Amino acid sequence: MAKVLVVTSGKGGVGKTTSTAALGAALASAGKNVVLIDFDVGLRNLDLVMGAERRVVYDLINVVQGDAKLAQALIRDKRVPTLSLLPASQTRDKDALSDEGVSRVIAELKEKFDWVICDSPAGIERGATLAMRHADVAIVVTNPEVSSVRDSDRIIGLLDSKTERAEKGERVEKHLLLTRFDAVRAGRGEMLNVEDVLEILSIPLLGIIPESSEVLRASNLGSPITLNNPASAAARAYFDAAKRLNGEALDMTIPSDRKGLFGKLFGRRAA
Amino acid sequence: MTTVATPRQSIRFHGRSYHAMVLSPEPPLADWLAGLDAWLARSPGFFFGRPVVLDLAVLQPGKQGVAELLQNLAERNIKVMGIEGAEPSWLDFAMPPLLLSGRQANSIPGDHPPAAAEASAPALSSDPAPDAAAAPTSAEAASLPAAAAPEAPPAQHPNSLLLDSPVRSGQCIVHPEGDVIVIGSVASGAEVIAGGSIHIYGTLRGRAVAGSRDSRARIFCRKLEAELLSIDGLYMVAEDMPAHLRGQPIQVWLEGDSMVMAQD
Repeated sequence: MAKVLVVTSGKGGVGKTTSTAALGAALASAGKNVVLIDFDVGLRNLDLVMGAERRVVYDLINVVQGDAKLAQALIRDKRVPTLSLLPASQTRDKDALSDEGVSRVIAELKEKFDWVICDSPAGIERGATLAMRHADVAIVVTNPEVSSVRDSDRIIGLLDSKTERAEKGERVEKHLLLTRFDAVRAGRGEMLNVEDVLEILSIPLLGIIPESSEVLRASNLGSPITLNNPASAAARAYFDAAKRLNGEALDMTIPSDRKGLFGKLFGRRAA
Repeated sequence: MTTVATPRQSIRFHGRSYHAMVLSPEPPLADWLAGLDAWLARSPGFFFGRPVVLDLAVLQPGKQGVAELLQNLAERNIKVMGIEGAEPSWLDFAMPPLLLSGRQANSIPGDHPPAAAEASAPALSSDPAPDAAAAPTSAEAASLPAAAAPEAPPAQHPNSLLLDSPVRSGQCIVHPEGDVIVIGSVASGAEVIAGGSIHIYGTLRGRAVAGSRDSRARIFCRKLEAELLSIDGLYMVAEDMPAHLRGQPIQVWLEGDSMVMAQD
């Protein structure tokens, strides 16, 4: 049974696209059939993060409007064969997305894939509401800072009222993904700690992704962190989150890149 | 509003005000009934035990139409206690009585008739413009029928609204007719507005506006992080709240013209 997953946050720049790519690649490497849809029409990024920007021919808008077939627009990943991408259009805007068109595309994708992952644009307008509309599961990406937490709270309210499931009286399964977390700074009180965020948002925690320079490096290389550097702390956190999505019960840990004493000395000398 | 019989009479009459829901059907009736069914599917039991007044000023159904409409509502377990905005000739003796409390029957446009009706509910009262009560103005409390006669206490409104999930940022809960009880937190940027008291079994980070109809209303919360507290038109922003009470379980009430806050 295919599941539709929306990765959303309300606030921009918290790591929706990075998390979509990393989780999608992690799920696909575990053998699932995964498709990533970029809903950020007009400001598409997922193709860059996935390293597929030079292979885009047709996009989501073409499929929604019936100008192209789904099979023509899907881009299969070169590294993981079970991972596909449906890019957004950069030249159109979000008004070009129609409700019926999106429903049709998602229904079609659900027949072919195990996971349909929708990368939501920031904000609470049309693009974001369409991305969450058909979701069975939602991942709310939040940074440990007050503005991000408040925006996430707003999005959770919308997930409970504006989705197809909510309108049928069912619930969308919601998970919190805390990104860019720095345990040292949270300990010093410069950042919200995990308990604060969970207390405010009161939804279950899917994973804690530590702040890491590896994430930015992977994005710029056009490769999800879970493929580019699977041993890094952030990648291990994403792999754990993907396992939890598949129903595995794992202890919640915050992976770290911290080296031993020798590593530290060595690292410092090298730097 | 309140009439007191002279003491020597053996039979005593009271006038008393009640709050009732006004249902205002709109043509085409089939669509309106479908909308009502959809509403009832989402909140079954919404009308259970609530007095309902039917406002026919918009529908203008005629004698036959009234009988059919009453039949339709009865099938949905909605008991009609009175009818407004109808011609006396449409009604026969077996039907609910026609209410002519000196008010113009007000029609209620909108997609969700019961919700809209709730917002402008009191039908049997002769209070001037009680519809404005959704806004927390200080004038509202004065329009209560208080203490005009010893036998008539202020009308009690037992219908409280209980929410068993957190109130999220951007959500606004408006319940002009009674208390609001939230089991969970009220987020920063959320708003709870109640005619009566507000009880929050969690952290209050947003706004609580209580007592739009009752200056005796109070606000209770397990942990105070509120942006704004208001009772009966008086308000206090976060900056004005005593610092030592932040993060504490508190209650707030009115004493004269000032808000008093104490740790519970």
